[in-house]
Amino acid sequence: MTEVERHNYDVVVIGAGGAGLRAVIEARQRGLSVAVVCKSLFGKAHTVMAEGGCAASMGNANSHDNWQVHFRDTMRGGKFLNNWRMAELHAKEAPDRVWELESYGALFDRTDDGRISQRNFGGHTYPRLAHVGDRTGLELIRTMQQKIVSLQQEDYQHYGDYEAKLRVFAECTVTELLKEDGRIAGAFGYWRESGRFVLFETPAVVLATGGIGKSFKVTSNSWEYTGDGHALALRAGAGLINMEFVQFHPTGMVWPPSVKGILVTEGVRGDGGVLKNAEGERFMFRYIPDVFKGQYADSEEEADRWYSDQEGNRRTPDLLPRDEVARAINTEVKEGRASPHGGMFLDIASRLPTEEIRKRLPSMYHQFRELADVDITAESMEVGPTCHYVMGGIEVDPDTAAATVPGIFAAGECSGGMHGSNRLGGNSLSDLLVFGRRAGLGAAEYVESLGARPSVSDADITAAAKQALAPFDGPDDGAIEENPYTLHTELQQTMNQLVGIIRTSDEITKALDKLAEIRSRIRGVTVEGHRQYNPGWHLAVDLRNMLLVSECVARAALRRTESRGGHTRDDYPQLDAQWRNRLLVCAATDEQPVPGVGVEAKEQLPIRGDLLELFELSELEKYYTEDELAAHPERTA
Amino acid sequence: MAYSAKLRVWRGDATSGELQDFEVEAEEGEVVLDLIHRLQATQTPDLAVRWNCKAGKCGSCSAEVNGRPRLLCMTRMSIFGEDEVITVTPMRAFPVIRDLVPDVSYNYEKAREIPSFTPPEGLEPGEYRMQQVDVERSQEFRKCIECFLCQDTCHVIRDHEENKESFAGPRFLMRVAELEMHPLDVADRVGDAQDVHGLGYCNITKCCTEVCPEGIRITDNALIPMKERVADRRYDPIVWLGNKIFKRNGA
Repeated sequence: MTEVERHNYDVVVIGAGGAGLRAVIEARQRGLSVAVVCKSLFGKAHTVMAEGGCAASMGNANSHDNWQVHFRDTMRGGKFLNNWRMAELHAKEAPDRVWELESYGALFDRTDDGRISQRNFGGHTYPRLAHVGDRTGLELIRTMQQKIVSLQQEDYQHYGDYEAKLRVFAECTVTELLKEDGRIAGAFGYWRESGRFVLFETPAVVLATGGIGKSFKVTSNSWEYTGDGHALALRAGAGLINMEFVQFHPTGMVWPPSVKGILVTEGVRGDGGVLKNAEGERFMFRYIPDVFKGQYADSEEEADRWYSDQEGNRRTPDLLPRDEVARAINTEVKEGRASPHGGMFLDIASRLPTEEIRKRLPSMYHQFRELADVDITAESMEVGPTCHYVMGGIEVDPDTAAATVPGIFAAGECSGGMHGSNRLGGNSLSDLLVFGRRAGLGAAEYVESLGARPSVSDADITAAAKQALAPFDGPDDGAIEENPYTLHTELQQTMNQLVGIIRTSDEITKALDKLAEIRSRIRGVTVEGHRQYNPGWHLAVDLRNMLLVSECVARAALRRTESRGGHTRDDYPQLDAQWRNRLLVCAATDEQPVPGVGVEAKEQLPIRGDLLELFELSELEKYYTEDELAAHPERTA
Repeated sequence: MAYSAKLRVWRGDATSGELQDFEVEAEEGEVVLDLIHRLQATQTPDLAVRWNCKAGKCGSCSAEVNGRPRLLCMTRMSIFGEDEVITVTPMRAFPVIRDLVPDVSYNYEKAREIPSFTPPEGLEPGEYRMQQVDVERSQEFRKCIECFLCQDTCHVIRDHEENKESFAGPRFLMRVAELEMHPLDVADRVGDAQDVHGLGYCNITKCCTEVCPEGIRITDNALIPMKERVADRRYDPIVWLGNKIFKRNGA
């Protein structure tokens, strides 16, 4: 029998970023006992990296804003592939979720009349992002971390123990979800510090593990983003949707090499910064796509007037949705108009006074000064696309966040559907608040509705332990020993070069061949040393997840023969209305440690009539088939 | 351009350890953390180091470089000479787990001892009104990325394990100040700052401010104002007299 530390909780949340913490708060407030398990220290999750803000139509900066406008912007940003129910819930509930944070102690920047200030961002019609300078994510995570501490303090009053009902398992990695009769029974993992195994006996798991960016070489994501939740769900039998849609943020740092990919907030452009090519041209005016014609300014003069007068002018194309801007930069670089280090210039220095820049964008100022010797109040930044976010994720019920496997819930970046083919900036923080809460609630209701709880079998524990320790033993069949760092680098290069921002059938096929090779070599991964805080071992375990999600991305990308949002096919450059309603669902095809991946197409539920009517027919015609629009009132009238 | 850098890294665990010398390639624009990663990938795959965002935003990769508390991801190699031996050791104020990774649980325990934000009774979400100028004071402290470098450098605990029980450290005294200065917090935090969290131990040498990677003026803006509030309440002769005469329990 494997030696394993056992814990019993009503709900186990995996991931302590914004979505996870919000789920914890909700489930605990419903009276349940909750564990939150995270790979890093408490409060370090990737949410701290979110800079610009949290989108919510509070209407503080422009009173015309409301949930319908936010809903429309979100659907447009996602090129109408979004799960419309999620987009609806998100737009309706985001303001309450932001206001709630103030009652936990958050301190957002203020308007003159003392309300929460809101800033402009790409794809949002009105200034909509609640923010704290350019460190909004840090404020969210710290606020919820401190709320959790306050819940523990209440438990201390009641039970004399801070951890009586809510405990943080920091630096702990979950490697396997365990089931009984098709339902979740527990989660198995190890303490990173000691390497000792830990078992959570629980009927409900909320996956909130974030994204998959560490499968790509140039990324704004931290090491934690290895697609753990995606892979755990897949191996447990759940489906992943929209995995072909990966967002490349248009503005990552490009120099020096060691910081390539680190994010430069969209807030720079929201606050007046503009993109220029090596010739000094504001090139974005040449890249307004047909679907957005008429919604963006077509001259520099109008664009500049828009910052002060939004009613009489259209917004600058520097603030087109991210997919559009990233592709435009890619094209400019390809056509030979790159900055010295292969990016574009982002100029805020000539647009705002020094003091104003330092006040609004303090961490950008700091980041460039410390890491690149660039003073952004005096010179332009050099920026280029960086892998930033995966729109794809675990398929969930919009209202309860339940996955197709009973007992699995998912929220935030590791869930799929909400953002369609492309996420708007600012919609991530609001997503994780809205659906983090719903996942906590969904899990709580599921647990309350259960009779007998599923139990974990000893055989499953033994198998999970064996699997986790395999890298110490090395290959048992005489295969070559592999270094996990080397394989990881090869995986990242493959995904970056062949399944990156612009894709073709040939390149994706090559990528799949390479992934198959990595799959055959991954069995040989061998690590040195012992189980105590051993990063080589940690990487070896995470590497399986990265390979699995990379295969999902590549297989779905090969299958979708159109270009939409975060999926651009050079061989199929057009948006295809026949593809709009089709979701690609990835599922595991066997029970191997890194299972095979199958892809099936599936239709979405048709959008509710009252939501469809929020759009003018002329806009919908750019996205929908004739049949789908037959019932629109402008058609029937 | 690329050169071979000399790194001296502490390796070991709670029982024993030693400084080990390595030569690692360094490339243009790199930071110390890049070299630690290269060490892991090429020479010491099991070298333990905590890190996360690699952009100075999460505060995970705190350590000491040539004895000075720093974030490894924000310490550029270019500040050292190419011949210089760069010594990297774990934060000294906390017990080591392995190599560069210390046990920082002291900080999380102290965080739990500070009563949370307490809004006025009956104020509903959405009704909060605060002026920018008023939130800015606490916002400065909320820039804290919890790297715990200020805790590491603070002489009250750096070499005095025995003080940890009664001293929250600069990070958490600043948290008390943050809540005290929050425009809508109604809890009284002045007495506890002195009696429970150990504000009196601080003798404002500003070491914490010097190592803060966020440039927060911990001493000037958080600790000294808190000390002044304590002094106003406890040592102002008129307040003292008033308390005596009217038998109030303010102090």
